[in-house]
Amino acid sequence: MTIAAAEPVRFEDGSAVRVRVESPAHHFRTPAYIQGHVGVVDALCGVYPNPESLAHGGDGLPRQPLYRVRLRQTDLWPEYAGNPADTLLVDVYQHWLEAA
Amino acid sequence: MPGVHDRGGWPDDTPIDLTEHEYSDWERRVDAVHQVLGAQGIRTTDEMRRAIESLPPDQYESLSYYEKWTAALEILLIEKGVLTAQEIDAKAAQLREQGL
Amino acid sequence: MTTTHVEDHVHDQPMSEVALRSVAIEALLAEKGLLTADEVQRQVDLMDRRTPADGAKVVARAWVDPDFKARLLSDTRSALGEMGIRISEDTPHLTVVENTEEVHHLVVCTLCSCYPRMLLGRPPDWYKSLAYRSRAVSDPRGVMAEFGTAVASDMQVDVLDSTADMRYLVLPRRPEGTEGMSEEELARLVTRDSMVGVSEALAP
Repeated sequence: MTIAAAEPVRFEDGSAVRVRVESPAHHFRTPAYIQGHVGVVDALCGVYPNPESLAHGGDGLPRQPLYRVRLRQTDLWPEYAGNPADTLLVDVYQHWLEAA
Repeated sequence: MPGVHDRGGWPDDTPIDLTEHEYSDWERRVDAVHQVLGAQGIRTTDEMRRAIESLPPDQYESLSYYEKWTAALEILLIEKGVLTAQEIDAKAAQLREQGL
Repeated sequence: MTTTHVEDHVHDQPMSEVALRSVAIEALLAEKGLLTADEVQRQVDLMDRRTPADGAKVVARAWVDPDFKARLLSDTRSALGEMGIRISEDTPHLTVVENTEEVHHLVVCTLCSCYPRMLLGRPPDWYKSLAYRSRAVSDPRGVMAEFGTAVASDMQVDVLDSTADMRYLVLPRRPEGTEGMSEEELARLVTRDSMVGVSEALAP
């Protein structure tokens, strides 16, 4: 069986996505404060080697689509005191996202 | 419980210290050594992040920025069999004798 | 070569243990032929030459040339190439985000210290501090206030947490009263902090 060099892009701009809740033992780049929250895909940034593999001497394959995801600050922080329109933009690899 | 490096939203009332220091020679060189080793494919940025995150939490919070880079460099070079801790100890002792 | 390098480090104050280990590691790598002191110095010099003045030139050009600004926002790498700033393919991808009358951007890296080094040089200490990394995402207005920056309550604040392969540079708003100024004069109003988003560009 050949392993795909890159995962196919699953989400479009504007797609609603939920960030998975996980804390694997290996290195990963999805901060805890966004996990479990729902946001909207702002843009596809590109398709990049998986840092969870690269960090442990792996080849980074299959590459993962990377999205800039927009989340509402008032969703992330119950006490948020700023403008309700304020958002947070964060880069998340596709395998950390599911359709919401 | 997020890892010690995963700081987004951690309760932290400390005012941001706006003091800036001029980087010393050794700080600029350890930064450069990392870049040179990266260009040679000896270590990746993701491996370095993983090594920094693997530091005991008290060290992660107390070491300065380039002290963490040094610790990460040592972890990775030993792990990859490029250097041994004994070699580094011996070389450091020798440099101390030379007046460093 | 290694000897010269060691002599460079001899100072009145003994080095800290960690600093000493960093010198020891570099010396050992040189002895094993994995790098040379010259290679390391060239890399030091390269980073020393990168300063916020590079980013400021780019911002000033974008302020005076709307077509350049459009290219900078849509294809940052080639727009920078026009200015003679070459970003190699193996460095992270740079994206420029524009502050407007409606939206203000602020950049942080909560997981480590990702920073647009290719245009701003090495990051300042506060950018890497635990306090900035924790609060920039949860209380961006409070953080900006610590830098003396007041953002209007009806302004939308967008925080960019650069967790991955992207680096972000803020294109600050052009200050009022700068209509007649040259690109060079404008560049002097563009501070490092305004390109991270913790402050606005300077008033003329």
